[in-house]
Amino acid sequence: MILEAIVFYIFSAVVVGAGVGVIAARNPVHSVLFLILAFFTAAGLFILMGAEFLAFILVIVYVGAVAVLFLFVVMMLDIDFERLRSGFVRYLPVGAGVGLLLLVELVLIFGTWEVAPKRLSSVPVYARARLTNTRALGDILYTRYVFAFEMAGLILLVAMIGAIILTLRHRTEVRRQRIAAQLARTPKESVEVVKVPIGEGA
Amino acid sequence: MDNALWTLYARPALITVGEVLAIIVPLLVAVAYLTYAERKIIALSQLRKGPNVVGPFGLLQPFADGLKLFLKETVIPSGASPVVFVIAPILTFTLALIAWAVIPFAPGAVVANINVGILYLFAVSSLGVYGIIIAGWASNSRYAFLGALRSAAQMVSYEVASGFVLVTVLLCAGSLNLTDIVLAQRHVWFVVPLLPMFVVFYVSGLAETNRVPFDLPEGESELVAGYFVEYSAMTFALFYLGEYANIILISGMASVLFLGGWLPPAPVVPFTWIPGPLWFALKAALLAFGFLWVRTTFPRFRYDQLMRLGWKVFLPLSLGWVFLTAAVLMGTGWLPGHG
Repeated sequence: MILEAIVFYIFSAVVVGAGVGVIAARNPVHSVLFLILAFFTAAGLFILMGAEFLAFILVIVYVGAVAVLFLFVVMMLDIDFERLRSGFVRYLPVGAGVGLLLLVELVLIFGTWEVAPKRLSSVPVYARARLTNTRALGDILYTRYVFAFEMAGLILLVAMIGAIILTLRHRTEVRRQRIAAQLARTPKESVEVVKVPIGEGA
Repeated sequence: MDNALWTLYARPALITVGEVLAIIVPLLVAVAYLTYAERKIIALSQLRKGPNVVGPFGLLQPFADGLKLFLKETVIPSGASPVVFVIAPILTFTLALIAWAVIPFAPGAVVANINVGILYLFAVSSLGVYGIIIAGWASNSRYAFLGALRSAAQMVSYEVASGFVLVTVLLCAGSLNLTDIVLAQRHVWFVVPLLPMFVVFYVSGLAETNRVPFDLPEGESELVAGYFVEYSAMTFALFYLGEYANIILISGMASVLFLGGWLPPAPVVPFTWIPGPLWFALKAALLAFGFLWVRTTFPRFRYDQLMRLGWKVFLPLSLGWVFLTAAVLMGTGWLPGHG
């Protein structure tokens, strides 16, 4: 088990290092790349805990989709680095205050919170039942938490429709390809044979 | 103590290294000969001869090409971001190789028989976009950047559809493990009940590997060579090897998911004489041949048509098929892995 500990500390060090890199990198694209490294290494930590389903979902959703969009946007932005850095000293007290507040809250929560006090042991159910954790997640998500799950789905659906409605505009000046109309054309309506009498054509 | 160290760590590590080499070396040879096959097949379909000078029938041509690229100078453009510039091709090539860890060649013949193999494959293929987008950005060139943007949009679009295709497959198999998925096809290959999904998966594969007819990211008439226009020598070679390794990977995935992997078409005598790994290789080779055949046959898509196909045709079709599959399986009680 010494090997697991070594791997854990390597991964943790990489996550922390990448996290520092996100805020320390001068180039915003490098920041996003560090963020991706942090996500990816966190997935490695999940695997060490035996949560392989969560690990791969993290990679697929965050690294494979969300971070690609981040990277997309950050690459396209034209950022003025000098102006970004100029306000650093002025905003430092506010930032430090927010950070301190969060730290105090975290300490309060984890110092007093008892996880599921009536549970007999802290070993997860799936580990005792020897289920794969994909099945364990499905078993609990679609039975006990099915309403919460459906509700989350509905909220996301509403958010998606909202985003579409906010950004959708019908531009009349753009000529779009209407494939159905193209396919529905027949020679009869698109070709006209004109008999031009000899000597009278323009 | 020494003995425990050997049995616990050193020996498994050595065995794993051996397994990895046993996959990577044949894979690299296959990649080399896929480039040769591509040139020969295109030549034959255009009534030319193709490479026929280096070695018998030009068989040593891939090695000559490799040697040439190896000896060339790696040029890093001024204004490029050097570290990121070099990481990009390494990333592309590595991702094309590591996906093979979970592909089963025969019962038990797989490096990592993990429970969530299909998610692993999906995760690795969703990372593939990074190599391209990073390359395009780090090159500090407009052509490369435009190619990278096109490619990122294209790969993200087609991944959605191929994700739903994977869902239909795992609904039918009742497992995320690739070996279980192959074994679930003992009676009938999934290509029979899921034929439209096989087509969607294969076409999405063409789009995700940036192959003709979806090769807009490297559309040479508009973008010179797209995202790898600034790359030379080995960095260029790694992109190229990565592309061909991805073709073989998509072919291998399609044969595991839809064509029954190592299983023969029917468990009767003339078919069972051929060993399982050879069946797998034959199926993958047939599908890879399709990639080359498509290249010689179809013209390139227009960009809006490409997006329309991904979002307005494949996505609703595959989503509908997920519902249909689930409904049929629930209605008939064929849902596997229940209980």
